[in-house]
Amino acid sequence: MIAFDAVAARYPHQAALALDGVSLSAPAGEVTAVVGPNGSGKSTLVRALLGRLPLERGRITIEGADVATLSPRERAQRVAVVPQRESAAFPLPVRELVAFGRHPHRTGFAAWGEADEAAVADAIDAAGVAHLIDRSSDELSGGEWQRVRIARALAQRAKALVLDEPTTFLDIAHEMSVFELLASLAGGGIAVLLVSHQLNLVARFASQIVLLHNGTVAAAGAPNDVMRGDILERVYDWPVVVTRDPAVGAPSLVPLRGRRR
Amino acid sequence: MTRRFALVIGLAALLLAAVMAAGVALGTIALPARDVLRALAGAGDSLTLSVVRDLRLPRVALAALVGAGLALSGTALQATLRNPLAEPYLLGVSGGAAVGAVLAVVAGMASAALLPLAAFAGAVAAVVVALLVARAAGGRADGRVLLMAGVVVGAFANAAIMVVLANAPADAIRNATWWMMGSVGGAEWTGVRALAAYVAIGGGVLWANALDVDALTLGEEPAAALGVQVERTTRLVYLVSALLAAATVSAAGLVGFVGLVVPHLARATGLRTQRPLLAAAALIGAALVVAADLVARTVMPPAELPLGAVTALIGVPFFLTRLRSLR
Repeated sequence: MIAFDAVAARYPHQAALALDGVSLSAPAGEVTAVVGPNGSGKSTLVRALLGRLPLERGRITIEGADVATLSPRERAQRVAVVPQRESAAFPLPVRELVAFGRHPHRTGFAAWGEADEAAVADAIDAAGVAHLIDRSSDELSGGEWQRVRIARALAQRAKALVLDEPTTFLDIAHEMSVFELLASLAGGGIAVLLVSHQLNLVARFASQIVLLHNGTVAAAGAPNDVMRGDILERVYDWPVVVTRDPAVGAPSLVPLRGRRR
Repeated sequence: MTRRFALVIGLAALLLAAVMAAGVALGTIALPARDVLRALAGAGDSLTLSVVRDLRLPRVALAALVGAGLALSGTALQATLRNPLAEPYLLGVSGGAAVGAVLAVVAGMASAALLPLAAFAGAVAAVVVALLVARAAGGRADGRVLLMAGVVVGAFANAAIMVVLANAPADAIRNATWWMMGSVGGAEWTGVRALAAYVAIGGGVLWANALDVDALTLGEEPAAALGVQVERTTRLVYLVSALLAAATVSAAGLVGFVGLVVPHLARATGLRTQRPLLAAAALIGAALVVAADLVARTVMPPAELPLGAVTALIGVPFFLTRLRSLR
């Protein structure tokens, strides 16, 4: 489980807090989604988790251990993070990219072992990138690149997985397959924390949704409790209606024509 | 990848051995292979012994170490700073070393013992200033800020050199200019041993951090996600690479092009991760500088061409053939 407890953080030279008392938890075996408008603090949560932004207040724990007391390597053994942006400065073979996931488990001059080999093989299999392993990173499409990055995160064999907008730029099939993959990973007992803009998909796949607004939690709970027209209109500042999606009856957001109020 | 690694390292080692053998055998006096081997074993006439063991062997060894040091430095820097144009001389190392050397020459202290020390001191001072500038500018060890700080310090150093040389006597200018063009002509075993220690230790540190550097090539956040201490590693690699380059500069002056191009040549062999690249680059860099020195002293004997110019003359065609595949 990943837990944010009253977390406050600020970017350097900024007056306003980027996160102002955010509490949320992502339990094992479930997909927990963080949604919210641009600039609401979603990616800042991920940066704070990675220690890229010092906390002013509060704490972040993984399986009860305070992240601030863990070394980066220890943290990476417990939680695998797929950040929003990434590009290889020099092209790398996909197999090597996935193998980087073993980095937190390799110390100093320790040789590559059987456990590493098995973790990489399992990750390649689970993420469905076996057909890509001999390709070079500069030959991957956006969707392939995302799956390779998820494979790398799986190779970390961490109990928790955090993804920052993993389906941006993906078409429907690629996006759905990523969501299905995350759901099956959660089904396997991993805690999945997913930052996303895809409210309607999140409503179908996540058991909990946390809606951020200006660095605070505007609403949190089951999809039915968060996906309400009045809440979403206020937070996104746009007229919407919430219906039921015809396939499974999950709440579904339809933005209306209009203008910012 | 491991088979490719063995193949590349094997070929590069053969190439290095071949050019080193040629470097010992060829020169103003060409020596037959049999005499060279006997001299290496300690037998033969005193002239051959002296030429092989006191002149050519240390010279070839120094050239190899200069090449290896610059190549290791450039390979680590390009990956850590995520920039294919990064090279040790961009860190202010060359400019700082040149300021140190020029000041020593102009002050009339251009002895064989003092010049390297002055150059090394200048290089280290420039790197420290660049690191301080980067820290003041960004706080964090951002690759772009580090690179720009190095460039700015280097530009300042070049300006200082021009000011100093503008009013210097002609022979001082000539000495300083010649030094800036690079040479391993004055090689002695003491210098070879000192540089060997620098290359071994510096290379060892870069090797030990190579996995972290691999992760850094993906960007700061992905590296942090994999447990890399981004700022610490970036700063460490920057410092070690700069010291490696400074040690080569103090031993042989400015040997341009090696730190920039050899990492690309190593990558062109198909190797992709830091450890194989470091090993391959060290061998290729060593072979390139030994070959360049051989050309520099045999093309129009007894005159010598400046080593830094020859490395570029040999390296540019290689580089051009690879330009298309650079990313």
